[in-house]
Amino acid sequence: MTDEALLRTLAPQVLGAVVRRYGDFPAAEEAVQEALLAAALQWPAQGRPDQPRAWLVRVAGRRMTDQIRADVARRRREADALPEPVVPAPDVAPPEGDDTLLLLFMCCHPALTRPSAIALTLRAVGGLTTAEIARAFLVPEATMAQRISRAKQKIRESGVAFALPSPAEHAARLGAVLQVLYLVFSEGYASSGPSLQRADLAREALRLARMLHAQLPDVPEATGLLALMLLTDARREARTGPDGQLVPLDAQDRGRWDRAAIAEGVALVHDALPRGAVGPYQLQAAIAALHDEAPSTEETDWPQILALYTVLLRLTQSPVVALNHAVAVAMVHGPRAGLARLAALRGEPRLLHRVAAVRAHLLERDGDVAGAVAAYREAAAGTTSAPERDYLLLRAARLR
Amino acid sequence: MKFMLMMHAPRGNGDWGVADWTEEALVAHIRFMKRLNEELLAAGELVGAEGLASPGQARVVRAGADGAPEVTDGPYPESKEFLAGYWIVDVETPERAYAIAARASSAPGPSGAPLRQRIEVREVMGAPPVDA
Repeated sequence: MTDEALLRTLAPQVLGAVVRRYGDFPAAEEAVQEALLAAALQWPAQGRPDQPRAWLVRVAGRRMTDQIRADVARRRREADALPEPVVPAPDVAPPEGDDTLLLLFMCCHPALTRPSAIALTLRAVGGLTTAEIARAFLVPEATMAQRISRAKQKIRESGVAFALPSPAEHAARLGAVLQVLYLVFSEGYASSGPSLQRADLAREALRLARMLHAQLPDVPEATGLLALMLLTDARREARTGPDGQLVPLDAQDRGRWDRAAIAEGVALVHDALPRGAVGPYQLQAAIAALHDEAPSTEETDWPQILALYTVLLRLTQSPVVALNHAVAVAMVHGPRAGLARLAALRGEPRLLHRVAAVRAHLLERDGDVAGAVAAYREAAAGTTSAPERDYLLLRAARLR
Repeated sequence: MKFMLMMHAPRGNGDWGVADWTEEALVAHIRFMKRLNEELLAAGELVGAEGLASPGQARVVRAGADGAPEVTDGPYPESKEFLAGYWIVDVETPERAYAIAARASSAPGPSGAPLRQRIEVREVMGAPPVDA
C-alpha cells in the first residue's frame, strides 16, 4: 500500500481515537489533519514508522496537548490562579474498534445540512483535504473551508456524543449515513466524463460504502447501497460519447460495461435480498442488476423491473420513482399505458422537465413525431444540465 | 488581469432559439465550445466558465418592504437577448481577452457559418496595488 492510501485508511481511525480521548471534535479534526500532513512530509524521507497508526495518534495527541496547554495558559493570563490543568498523556495506544463507523454517524448527523454533512464526511472520514473537496464540488477553497468549519461548530454545539446512536435513533441515523454516501456517489457519477476529479468523488463514495459494508455486514441496506454503486458505476465508461455527450442506456455499448463490478454487485444483491428487511437501496440495486445482466434493452426482464418498481414506489412514494415506474409500465404494456401513468403524475416543479423528457421518448415510440419534438423542446428548456439539454435538443433535431 | 466574457443570445421561445437548429449544426456548435474551453484550460487562462439555464426559467428578485423576496418572471420580457453564459479568463493583456471573445463569437450557428454573437468583455476588479 502506498503512503497516501495508507493515510486515507488510517485517517478516520486516528481521528476516532483522538476524539475518544480528548472529546473536542473540531480541535481533534485539526490536529489529525496536521498529523497527516506531517506524515506525508516525513515518511517518504525518513521511512514509514513500524506502527503508523500509533505514530499518527501520538503526533495528533501532541498537537491536542499543546493546544490545551495554550488555551489554559491564555485563560490563566485572563483569569489568574487556576489550578494546574490535567492534560492526558499523548502516547497511550488507543483502543482498536469501530471508530470509523462512529465518525460516519457523527459526520452525517441530521442536525447538519446535507452539503455540510457531505463535506465533513469527505474530510473527516475520507481523509480528503479541503482543497480536494472544494475542487470536486467546484466551489472556491475558502467557501469549502467555511462550510466544513461551520459543520464542526454545529457538532460541537449540538453536543452529539462520540458514540453509536441509541437503538431508537439508529435506523434514522443509518439512513442519513447511506443517503450522504449515495449523494457523494451521484454527484461524482452524474457529472463524470468531462472532469476527472469528479469521477474521483464516485470512487471515494464507493470506498466509503465498502468500508461501511465491512463494518455492518449484516445490514442489508448497507449491502444494497454498495451493490447499487457498483452496478451503476459499471456503466460509467459507456454513458458518455467522445464529445462528452450523454449516451442513454438503450444506446450504450454494453461491451464497455465493467463485468467484474457487475459480478460483484450481483453477488451482493443475491446475498442481501433473502435476508428480509428489503429497502430502497436493495431494490434499486436489484433493478440495476437486471439492466446490467441484459444483453440489450429488448432482452431486458422488464416485467421483473416493473414488479420491483411497484414495490419501491409503495415503499418510498417518491416522484422520481413514480417516473421510472411509468417507464417500466411503458416497456411492458406499451407507450400508451406509460403515457397514461405520466398524465396521472402531479408534477413537482423541479421534476417537470424530466416528466417532459419521458413523455417525449414515449411519444416518439408511439409514432407521434410532432408531440415528441414539442416535449423534447419543453424538457430541454427546463433542464439545468448542459449535457442533458444538448442530448434532448439533438433528439428533437433528429426527428424533425 | 482577469476579464469576464459575457455571451448574449437571442431568447428564442424561452429556450435560446437553438431548439430549431439541425442536429449537425448543434453538434458542431457544442464541439466548438468544448474545444475552446479545453484550449483555454490548457493555456492556463481559464478561471471559470458557466452556461446558464434557459431564459424561460429566469426570475427577477428584489427585497420587499419587509425584506421578504419579491419574485417576478423575468428578466424584462421585452429584451430580445439574454445572458447565455460567461467565461472568466486570466490573461496578459486586454487584447488577448478580446481575441478569446472573438473566438467564442465565431462559434458556428444554424447554417454552419460563424454566429458572430455579441460578447461583452469586462475587466474583473482585483486587489489594491501592493505599494499603495
